[in-house]
Order: sequence, then C-alpha cells, then structure tokens
Amino acid sequence: MGNILSTAWLIARKDLSIEFRTRSAFLSAVVFSLLGLVIFYYAWDPTAVTATDLAPGVLWIIFTFSGLLGLHRSFGVETADRAIDALLASPVSREAIFLGKAIANLVFVAAVQALAIPALALFYNLRLGDVAAPLIAIAILAAIGLVAVGTLFSAMAVNTRLAELLLPMLALPFFVPIVIAAAQATSKLLSGRPVVEIGAWLKLLLAFDIVFVAACTLAYPFTVED
Amino acid sequence: MSSTISPDPSAPSIVEVGQLVREFGSTRAVGGVTFSLAPGDCLALFGPNGAGKTTLLRVLAGLLKPTSGIARVSGIPLPGGPLARSRIGLISHHTMLYEALSPRENVAFSARLYGIRDARERVEDSLRRMSMMDRADAPIRSLSRGMQQRVSIARAMVHSPQLVLADEPYSGLDDSGARALTALLREVRSAGTAIIIVTHNLTEGLSLATHAAVMQRGKFVRYDSADRIDAGAYAATYREALAANG
Repeated sequence: MGNILSTAWLIARKDLSIEFRTRSAFLSAVVFSLLGLVIFYYAWDPTAVTATDLAPGVLWIIFTFSGLLGLHRSFGVETADRAIDALLASPVSREAIFLGKAIANLVFVAAVQALAIPALALFYNLRLGDVAAPLIAIAILAAIGLVAVGTLFSAMAVNTRLAELLLPMLALPFFVPIVIAAAQATSKLLSGRPVVEIGAWLKLLLAFDIVFVAACTLAYPFTVED
Repeated sequence: MSSTISPDPSAPSIVEVGQLVREFGSTRAVGGVTFSLAPGDCLALFGPNGAGKTTLLRVLAGLLKPTSGIARVSGIPLPGGPLARSRIGLISHHTMLYEALSPRENVAFSARLYGIRDARERVEDSLRRMSMMDRADAPIRSLSRGMQQRVSIARAMVHSPQLVLADEPYSGLDDSGARALTALLREVRSAGTAIIIVTHNLTEGLSLATHAAVMQRGKFVRYDSADRIDAGAYAATYREALAANG
C-alpha cells in the first residue's frame, strides 16, 4: 500500500509540475469560474431570490463544470505523444496511476475552489467567516467524489474522438448525487442553520467518497487492459 | 491487478514466444509467431506497414494481451505484471515524453517509476550516452524531433532493461543520433540485454542482428539465425513482402 501511495504521489507531482508550467487548464477553469459568477450575478434579482438561496447553486454549478476542464486535461497530457504507453509499460500498478491522477485532479479542483469561494462571497456579499471550516469540509468531501468519478471517465474518454463531449456525458449523471448533497449542505450552512444540521449531508458525502474512490480505483485497470 | 509470478529459474531464454496469436475482433494482427532469444541476442524484424510488427512488440511490452499462444519474458508469462515489465525497455517512434518537462525530468521520472532510488547518476549517464547533456534542462517541446528521440531512448534505457523492444527507433534521428543509438544497442547487447528491433532500414537492422525475420500478414515469412542471415536474400524477401502489401 505504501508503495502504491508513493508511486501515486510521484505521478501526481509530475502532473502538477506540468500544470504549474503550462497553467492552461487552471487558467481556463479560474476564468470560467469567475465568468460564471459574474453572469449569475447580473442575472440575479435580489428582490425575488436571496443571496443565500442562490449562492449554493451557483457555487456547485461552477465547481462542477470548471472541474471538468481539469479532468479532461488529466489524461490528455498522457496521449500527446503516447506517454501513457511508457507509464503502462513501467512496473507501477494501474491503481497507483489512477490514484496519482486523482490526487493531481483533487489539488487542481481545490485550487479553483480556493479562488472561487472568496469571489462568491465578494459578489453575493456573504459572510463566510463563521462557516468557513464546515464549508471547506463540504468542498473537500464533494471534490473527492467528483474527482474520483471524473478521473475514471477521463481515462475512458481520452482515446475516443469525442472525448470532450463524452467526458461530461459520462460523468455528469454520476456527479448528480454528490452535487445535490453538497448544494443542500451549503444551502443550510449559508442560511444560518446550525452546523449539526448538515451532519447527515456530510456523512452522505463521505459515504459517496468511500464508494466512488474504491469502485473507481478498482475499475480503472479494466479501462487500460484491452 | 498486478500479478507477482516468479520467474522460472530454469528458463535459459529472455524471450520465449510460441504460436503467439493476437486478434482485434476478426482481424488477426499476429498469427502464430514462434521464436526465442537468449541474453545478448538481437532480433531484427522487417516487414511492410500493417504486418503485425508493432502489435507483436506491444504484446511483449505487456500493453496487449495475447489472444492465444505463449509469450514469456525471463520465464514470466505475459502480461506478467510489474515484475515482467520491470525488465523491459520500450522505444517507439512515438517519443512517449512529456513536452512541458525537460529531458532530465522525463528521464528522472522514468527512473523513479522503475524504483531506482538514487537516480541522479543513472539519469546523467543515460543522457550523456545520447549526447543530450547540453539540452538536459530545456523543455522537450523546444527540442527537434531527433533530439526528442534521443531523450526517449535515454528514458527507455535508464533502468538497464534485460529486454529492449525498439519500434522504428531510428525514426527522426540524424546520422550522429543513429550512430549513437547503434553504439548503445551494441553495448547493451554485449552486456547481455536481448533486443528486438523493428526497422525499415535493412542495413542498420542486419548489422545489429543475431536473428532476423521478415513479417507479413502477422506471420514470419522468413526467420534465420546469425550464421544463416544472407543480406541479399533478406532484401529480396522484404521487397516481395512490400510488393504483396500493395
């Protein structure tokens, strides 16, 4: 297990180094997130819907779609000149490759969240100081599930001609339960409900994470074996 | 998914292939190929496009499963998991490199994947052998195709594989690069590494070979060991195979 995790970290570091140098997917995701916030802000009628009612939906829509940009890039860097062949021909386990990709994607999504959440607070005049810790917990738990599912489908879609279309078509239905739980928990939190009321949603997100991470890690080798 | 099959200690060959078949649906890419290679042997594999050469190499690299037949590397049946893969070095006409990283980073990443702990010296040595020290820190995307191929070769050799699978390794190399590759392959062969080289260059291929084969429609139409290789006959068989391929 230690060997799998150290190899996964090696692969994740490599992916993050590439993204840090190119910043192509990160900048796209950040621009998309900020643009989404601006569009929702100008379409918003504060007399009809309160900020605390609208913000959770806006937040999870932009996280879901900006995350897809990073997930698509995840295996895209491996197919540029068939680097994936060298990775698969090396003596590392397929599970380590999946976990490495998922860790890098998690850092990517978390970095986008770290910029988008303060931007959301700014646009919708939300006071997040008191709920910062549980909000971060929701964001991380939801990101783990989204990344596990998205990384698996990115691996499946990357070798197809319609990868950019196929990834969202495959992943979004599996994102729905995670996004519903995350949006519900965020909504309760922003409307001032006690933190204990979101406990059930956090447990549900944790359960999704355990199931999706385990299932996707076990399923990944079948996507690369012919 | 990784199996840990111990190598057969009595196995004298590095590569054993028996009646190997690989099909894609109804298409038979490799149709019953048999050969074996001992340490230090080099099989030069010729044939027209679509003959099944690359598919055969991908099966031996553990990237494709055989449909039927036997394929073993160091006594380990393929696809044999990490232990078998750790003994193989794969060179292709695809560089298999990350273009945002430098040659040094690409080779070091590969060395670490193969479990080489103190990789720095091995990485430097691999890059030096392919005359890439001058550009070791430049991004791959800034290098010419030939230089990228040199780095790809350094990457494939950094873990001192027992079997080198080289699919058109001369692709993109200039004369100097080709000479460096030939010298490197001779050196590793004399150290006991077995090599399978797919090339369209009969002269380069036969100069390295201890065995040679011409492949056509998934089968060996000619296969000889070193003492029976006749360059003229090979050229004629190769031309016939190309003509038959249209």
